[in-house]
Amino acid sequence: MTDMLTPPTTPPTTGPTAEPTPRARTRRPALRRIRKRLVHLLLVLLAVTFLSFVVVDLLPGDAAVVVAGDNATPEQVQQVRVELQLDRPLLVRYLDWLGGVVTGDLGSSFRTGQPVAEALGQRIPVSFEITILAQLLALLIAVPLAVYSAYRPGRLLDRASMTVGFGAAAMPQFVLGMVLIVVFAGGFMSILPATGYVPFLENPLGNLRSIVLPCLTLMVAEAAVYRQLLRSDMISTLQEDFILMARSKGLRPRTILLRHALRPSSFSLITLSGVNIGRLLGGTVIVETLFAIPGLGQLIVQAVFNRDYMLLQGALLFVAVAYVVINMIIDLLYLVLDPRVRRDA
Amino acid sequence: MPETVEAAPQVTTAGARAERTPWGWWVAWVWLSAVVLAAVFAPLLPLWGPAVPDYANVFGGITPQHWLGGDTLGRDTFSRVVHGARASLLVGICAVGIGALVGGILGMLAGYFGGRTERVLALVTDVVLAFPGLVLIIAIVAILGASLPHLIMGLAILSIPTFIRLTRATTLVVAQRDFVVAARAYGCRPLRIIAREIAPNVVLPVAAYGFIMIGTFIVVEGSLSFLGLGIPPPTPSWGGMIAGGRTELLTYPHISLFPAAVMFLTVLSINYIGERTRKQFEVKESNL
Repeated sequence: MTDMLTPPTTPPTTGPTAEPTPRARTRRPALRRIRKRLVHLLLVLLAVTFLSFVVVDLLPGDAAVVVAGDNATPEQVQQVRVELQLDRPLLVRYLDWLGGVVTGDLGSSFRTGQPVAEALGQRIPVSFEITILAQLLALLIAVPLAVYSAYRPGRLLDRASMTVGFGAAAMPQFVLGMVLIVVFAGGFMSILPATGYVPFLENPLGNLRSIVLPCLTLMVAEAAVYRQLLRSDMISTLQEDFILMARSKGLRPRTILLRHALRPSSFSLITLSGVNIGRLLGGTVIVETLFAIPGLGQLIVQAVFNRDYMLLQGALLFVAVAYVVINMIIDLLYLVLDPRVRRDA
Repeated sequence: MPETVEAAPQVTTAGARAERTPWGWWVAWVWLSAVVLAAVFAPLLPLWGPAVPDYANVFGGITPQHWLGGDTLGRDTFSRVVHGARASLLVGICAVGIGALVGGILGMLAGYFGGRTERVLALVTDVVLAFPGLVLIIAIVAILGASLPHLIMGLAILSIPTFIRLTRATTLVVAQRDFVVAARAYGCRPLRIIAREIAPNVVLPVAAYGFIMIGTFIVVEGSLSFLGLGIPPPTPSWGGMIAGGRTELLTYPHISLFPAAVMFLTVLSINYIGERTRKQFEVKESNL
């Protein structure tokens, strides 16, 4: 009883004059932490973009030959090479490109001449829509199942969702996608389109219909992993003293689960979800290939095969930036979610 | 008295239920052993040649000659599944082995030394994670040529960051333990402490995770072969076989279905065994 009461009674002993110092102390480390992260992430961006320049440079096959065409004479190829500035050293090209990026110029595609920013602008919304919808669906299914499974472990729902989850997690995406196509877009019934993508502004309903199967394909395995993760974190949270405290106050189980236990249990879930969003934004090549969706993944793969360096650079830059930004958001979310992190940082 | 007599058996049955190994555990081991044995002894088994077309068997169903039927070229599916297991398992085991070894050593260094070592490794980790894995693998295959060792190398590189992170986190916990402090007080050199005190305690959790990663990499290898970026065609691989039946999916689904089912069951077994093993470590850790 006294043990429980002591923590809240400690602040008065420090007195009002001592108050500003702890507050200042709590803010500065958080700021320093954010600044340190920013420097680190900037380094990551520089390293990734430089690495991609090196990798692209090492790729066999000459971009100038690809662009000039099969019938080009050596002089024409040389002319193209100079036009594309491929005759200059790697480091110069990288710095030049970096200067362009800083001023908002990503260059234009070697192949089509289309500005890279415009090409990315067409693809990113598609990848973004599918990624976010798939994540939301996965969380929507996983969170309630996990909360109930943690509340009553070993019950039918827990065991059933665990069994189904094991199967879902072992299902390769390309197999699941093929099965979905057979079931919903051909073999048994034709209620959904198997391939193609309809932009939302063109036809909202058609858009939804065209992304149902891709989203399902992406979502299934993730929902299974999320449920498992949240369930085990939640079970360990439910062992904590503050849960016992909430129960002894006579709060309803629903309140305890959703208001007290869910928030401190959601750290691993948010981390993994963030990592997955970053990974999926960078292209869901398999799903895009299966369902013929013009997303970022297809663009990147085509750019590699076409030796379309500028396009590839731009796309990789976006992927790296997405990774970095999402990492930042997750870091800040920790601070929002758990006051203990704010203090300990 | 009667109350305690009644209560006692209830407790023991509950305990026994928790102790009993579920039948799925044995099924998973039997399946996995069968796949591994078949893969190892594939050249010795009395099978059809995996690349030999039998024109009577094109799109063939299940027959006594061809246990799982034939594919679009009439090649024996059963033989190809068995031979495909060699490629899938080899890629999974080797890539995870290399990744765990390199990532494990780097992770222990990062976790034990901290400071600049840790910061540099965190940077390397983030760079690999921020670089799309597929591009890296396409690049490696394009630069060095499509072959099994290059594929393994690419996948190993992709797995290193995860192993660094896992080992680092485990090392941080182990390094706090008394025997590490004692070794340091003895005046042991840091590398000796890492090798003799920390590594034995880090190996098991990393191995349990690595086991699950083998399943993941079997799927990744399948996905790459599915996209035509994996093991080059004459060599049978599960992903390649599934992709090969894609055009006939509606008329002859079994061409894709059998390799897909084998892959699914193998990955399922690995996940199940790995998950159970990992949980046993968790319990032991919390008891310490």
